[in-house]
Amino acid sequence: MKIPVKALSTFAVLGLGMSSLAACGSASGEATSGDTLTYWASNQGTTVEDDRKVLEESLARFTEETGIEVELEVIPWTDLYNRILTAVSSGEGPDVLNIGNTWATTLQETGAFLPFEGEALEAVGGQDRFIQSSWSTGGAEGETPTSIPLYGLSYSLYYNTEMFAAAGIEAPPETWDEFVDTAKKLTIDTDGDGQIDQWGVSLAGSSISNNAHQAFVRGLQAGGSLFDENGEPTFASDEQVAGVKQWIDLMATDKVVSPSNAEFTGGSQMVEDFAAGNAAMFFDQAPAKTLNARGFENFAAAPVPLTNPDATGDEATMSHVAGINLSIFNETDNEEGALKLAAHLTSDEEQVYLNKAFTALPVLTAAYEDEAFQSEEIKLKQEILENNAKPMPLISQEGQMETLVGTAMKNLFAQAATGTVTEDDIRKALEDANSQMAAAQ
Amino acid sequence: MSQLVEKPPAAGSEPGTPQGPAPAARRKRKSPFAYILIAPAVIMELLIHIVPMILGVWIAFLGLTQLNIRNWLRAPFVGFDNFVAGLDPNGPIGGEFLASFGRTLVFTVIVLAIVWVLGIMAAVLLHSSFRGNGFLRTFFLIPYALPSYVATIAWAFMFSQRDGAINKILVDDLGLLDERPFWLLGGNAFWVTVIVTAWQMWPFAFLMLLAALQNIPKDVYEAAAIDGASLWKQFMLITLPMIRPANGVLLLVMSLWIFNQFNVPFVLFGAAPPESARLVSPLIYQHSFSNWNFGLGGAMSVLLLILLFIASVVYVRMVLPKGKDID
Repeated sequence: MKIPVKALSTFAVLGLGMSSLAACGSASGEATSGDTLTYWASNQGTTVEDDRKVLEESLARFTEETGIEVELEVIPWTDLYNRILTAVSSGEGPDVLNIGNTWATTLQETGAFLPFEGEALEAVGGQDRFIQSSWSTGGAEGETPTSIPLYGLSYSLYYNTEMFAAAGIEAPPETWDEFVDTAKKLTIDTDGDGQIDQWGVSLAGSSISNNAHQAFVRGLQAGGSLFDENGEPTFASDEQVAGVKQWIDLMATDKVVSPSNAEFTGGSQMVEDFAAGNAAMFFDQAPAKTLNARGFENFAAAPVPLTNPDATGDEATMSHVAGINLSIFNETDNEEGALKLAAHLTSDEEQVYLNKAFTALPVLTAAYEDEAFQSEEIKLKQEILENNAKPMPLISQEGQMETLVGTAMKNLFAQAATGTVTEDDIRKALEDANSQMAAAQ
Repeated sequence: MSQLVEKPPAAGSEPGTPQGPAPAARRKRKSPFAYILIAPAVIMELLIHIVPMILGVWIAFLGLTQLNIRNWLRAPFVGFDNFVAGLDPNGPIGGEFLASFGRTLVFTVIVLAIVWVLGIMAAVLLHSSFRGNGFLRTFFLIPYALPSYVATIAWAFMFSQRDGAINKILVDDLGLLDERPFWLLGGNAFWVTVIVTAWQMWPFAFLMLLAALQNIPKDVYEAAAIDGASLWKQFMLITLPMIRPANGVLLLVMSLWIFNQFNVPFVLFGAAPPESARLVSPLIYQHSFSNWNFGLGGAMSVLLLILLFIASVVYVRMVLPKGKDID
């Protein structure tokens, strides 16, 4: 028998070459009807299994109150976005789901989610119950939100109290200059072998999202912004370059960050670095659970240092409005039940229970009266979330912006780890990202 | 030597027309059983490959974004705009795509060379009988048997600058380097991608080449040895020519696999690899699934298909032996 080499080869080319075109699969039919709802939850705790236990307790109370069963699926962050994308494109998703709040505007534009207005808004108790900065992440400015806040988060500065005491530093830094000086004092060779083994700061240099968050905050503090009033990208404005330079310089110029941090792809590595005693300070949203799990207690939280201590408005921004939102699929066969579930998860009692379990911040003002949220750390983060946090740009290409700016900064950290980075390098990297963003708009 | 003798035409048939099969054979050919047997495979092939492929080509001509993802039929037809954006060397998108294409080409050539050399060396070694042959065959197949994601994550740990096994060996144990290099950043990221891809793929080359070697009659080598041919001459003048058909297909299939490499850079570096390791497939993923620009991602895929198709057709016509040579 002859081997049809040409035919086989042609078929192989077609099959292999087009494999990437066939990437859009279809989701399994998830939306349910009657007395059962499906709920996709994001992974907030240390493991998916932990989250399931926490949520099942809350959902059992919901079933008891309403008689509606809930099929729960906790989805890791690495998969959640693509699962939602598949659900949106196929029209077959869950009834209720969690989304990262920075995705809200992009997902809103798909038209796949229920707008929270009229009876739907009344069902969750109205807008005024919520912390307004968190509420503002529900969708594009001026449009009816298609998601409501569920868990709140904000960045703050975490520092090792023992290292501060050993260095004779009495209070955390309040300005960026003080922060850099403090970091330099804490960057030391503790065992005298000529190698630095305690660094002032830990950061995740290869984390696209962490880099993008810092570009946003540091840019605002420097008087810049990632987009102008017309929605045009301004990644490489003088102010934005100055803000990003502050962040990159921690490794490139100030030498207070270990070059190995350029490889850190996620915040967890940064937290581990801090807990292992390799660094004295870091910026994060909710590391307490990880630190407590490791039995690490010598830490405290402080406001994110400001470039200008007298700044007000945007220049006093310390964090983006971080958090998780809740949406309802338009395709649901049980809108009333889905709204009841949304109301349950954002009720005063469940907000206390859930945010306590996940060490996140309640998104309701009233929930902060509970004794679980009276610690200094929580009060500080609540203050930042309410008064010193701005939503990431509420545009449909937010994800693309994070990818472009975050990747540019990742590459700058890679350069800093192995050589030098000048202001021109930073400007060039941000200009390249800016031109790609503009071309895609 | 046998001689073909043309049979006289059967009674009733027109002269000059080809003879049909015997009535029994004709009945056999009309039997639907064979078609029923292959129908599930054909249907699945259509559903899994062909239909999505056609949809992919269609998407390339649409402005398909998050605005119309719920109803593809409403996505605006944009003609060749996505292709123009992908091919414009002066534009940021086209410039990146073309640079990535060139990088992927270099990557493919390097990995293919490594994979083939390792594969043929191992195949020739294990083609002969010796103690431990079976163990080595199994051992060599481990990279191919391990799940790609698991193996790549393990490599990422090993290449870590501070705590990775590679730097521990090179710097701490052997003292070959003074400083711990970054393998997952900058230009080294390309070479890490080459190493991990080659490590995962070479067992396939080894298996295919070993199977091809086993089809060469031993007496050919014995005759060559009697004539005084060295092992190198036997390899160059007997082995390579006799495995040429299998080798040709192997090189084609592997080069296509390598060119479309996605898992290794994605697992090593995430959705945004360092520039040196930004291959075409992860770039297409980024445009489609991070930026929600499915039309542009589709156009890049189609461009990739066309370029690979042309290259493959040229290869098939110029390099592969004709079908009659590989009966």
